[in-house]
Amino acid sequence: MAVGPRSAISARTEPRLVRWILILVALLFVSTFIVLPLVTVFTEALRQGGRAYFAALADADARAAIGLTLTVAAIAVPLNLVFGVLAAWAIAKFEFRGKSLLITLIDLPFSVSPVISGLIYVLLFGLQGWLGPFLSEQGFKIIFAVPGIVLATIFVTFPFVARELIPLMQEQGTDEEEAALVLGASGWQTFWRVTLPNIRWGLLYGVLLCNARAMGEFGAVSVVSGHIRGLTNTMPLHVEILYNEYNFVASFAVASLLALLALVTLLLKGVIEWKVGRGLKGRGH
Amino acid sequence: MSSSALLDRAPARGHDPSQRADARVETLALTQALPPISADETPPRGTVVSSVPWRPRSIIPGFGLTLGLTLAWLGLIVMLPLVALFARAASLDTQRFIDTVLSDRVLAALQLSFGASLAAGVANAVFGSLLAWVLVRYRFPGRRLVDALIDVPFALPTAVAGIALTALYAENGWLGAPLAELGIKVAFTPVGVFVALVFISLPFVVRTIEPVLEDLSPEIEEAAACLGASRWQTIRRVIFPTLFPALATGFALAFARAVGEYGSVIFIAGNLPMVSEIAPLLIVIKLEEYAYGEATAVAAVMLMISFALLLAINLLQRWSRRHLERR
Repeated sequence: MAVGPRSAISARTEPRLVRWILILVALLFVSTFIVLPLVTVFTEALRQGGRAYFAALADADARAAIGLTLTVAAIAVPLNLVFGVLAAWAIAKFEFRGKSLLITLIDLPFSVSPVISGLIYVLLFGLQGWLGPFLSEQGFKIIFAVPGIVLATIFVTFPFVARELIPLMQEQGTDEEEAALVLGASGWQTFWRVTLPNIRWGLLYGVLLCNARAMGEFGAVSVVSGHIRGLTNTMPLHVEILYNEYNFVASFAVASLLALLALVTLLLKGVIEWKVGRGLKGRGH
Repeated sequence: MSSSALLDRAPARGHDPSQRADARVETLALTQALPPISADETPPRGTVVSSVPWRPRSIIPGFGLTLGLTLAWLGLIVMLPLVALFARAASLDTQRFIDTVLSDRVLAALQLSFGASLAAGVANAVFGSLLAWVLVRYRFPGRRLVDALIDVPFALPTAVAGIALTALYAENGWLGAPLAELGIKVAFTPVGVFVALVFISLPFVVRTIEPVLEDLSPEIEEAAACLGASRWQTIRRVIFPTLFPALATGFALAFARAVGEYGSVIFIAGNLPMVSEIAPLLIVIKLEEYAYGEATAVAAVMLMISFALLLAINLLQRWSRRHLERR
């Protein structure tokens, strides 16, 4: 083997041929596993032309499903937003024992299967559950009704905002807040004028991911919904029902709206990352 | 600082490991509002623990309010229902619990769920590392787009992924048709389960390895090359050991996600009992049959395995952080 002079560049990279083969394999993998499924959603939805596509979306049940999905997200996301800010404030601005345990517990819903996330509420609020008989006597229906869907959605999206904010606020420390307080600001003023502007991008990022998951959740919602058409069907559940009825065009039409939501989410996520640098990237989930 | 599994998947970014360690010491000192302790005046361990109160004093208001509300909300939404599940599982007749979990159908479903997740995790460890390597090290047209596309499985609702993959791999689909001519059936077989799980768990490995690869200092590779190592030796002996903790964490995260996955799998799997029926689906079936006890038993077993995995991920992360700090 001839030992020629090696530049610093060649010591850190592979021969051109190897590089191109690796890039080709990577592109092939991403096209097969990610691009093709995405394209399929839209081609299947438009298989019978634009008219069938829009007719499927204008269907009463489809509109009810879209409405329910928006309603559920409109309740679940703000609640988790408030919780996320509260939890991040307590965890990032103070020191106390048991903090890492608390963070692990906040992250817990991510390691629970969506189906089990639904099941736990059935066990709690279902007619055979702990609180179900009592609640049904009072005239409250939670399982197989909208409150159950909202609860299951809150559970699966529980950690999103908090885990975006905690590292961000820990990094920022407490100097600015302490300065504001020493200068005479009240706690609320400090939060609104100092902390919130500092965390706004991270907060938006968390809300974005939280919302995408809230609107797209399938497993947990499927267990608690009861699948009553026009009443307790969210968009993902409606996709399933139409698909199982072999109404593929309509199913993919509703699915295409969810796919668009995902693409817009990723686009906005990219914009936020570009705005604040790459620090936030890769925590999404 | 935190032992959370998912919060800080990868170690904090910094150009140089020692710098990063310094920054961490600084933030630690800041948040604790304690002076940094230099190595030579470290007091004996026991005294430190006993002298630190439950919470050091701070002039920032709202501790009681925010922690109280956090704990209340966490308790109501997460802890109470999970406790209800374990209480329910514990109240089941032991013999029935064992019979349920060890029945052929449940065992077959658990075996498929864990087997296919393991296979998908391995496939993603290989292709995910390759993708991370290509995205971090090479420059080619469309690189940023490919990098952005990696997050699609995180953002795309699972039901949408499920029907799209099924249409793609069905015998008349774009990929299913050519594969069928080769005699390979994907949709409605266990292979379909594997394909769906690869899709949903792909981003985990890529996103855990990428930051570590970016932080890798060029000097060690140059040093290896100067000392006469071939490129392959450098990759195998120098780069791979550095990446390994991140790879293991990414694999564990991907595996944990795949085991619980439901939406994307049930469409493509065909759901034949004993053949292509995954464990989460079996829970749903038991619920639809009003066999709440059996559903709870299967769920309890799956949860215990998930929590064991979570613990493993935590330990892995702690190990990888120590590993990086020692360097």
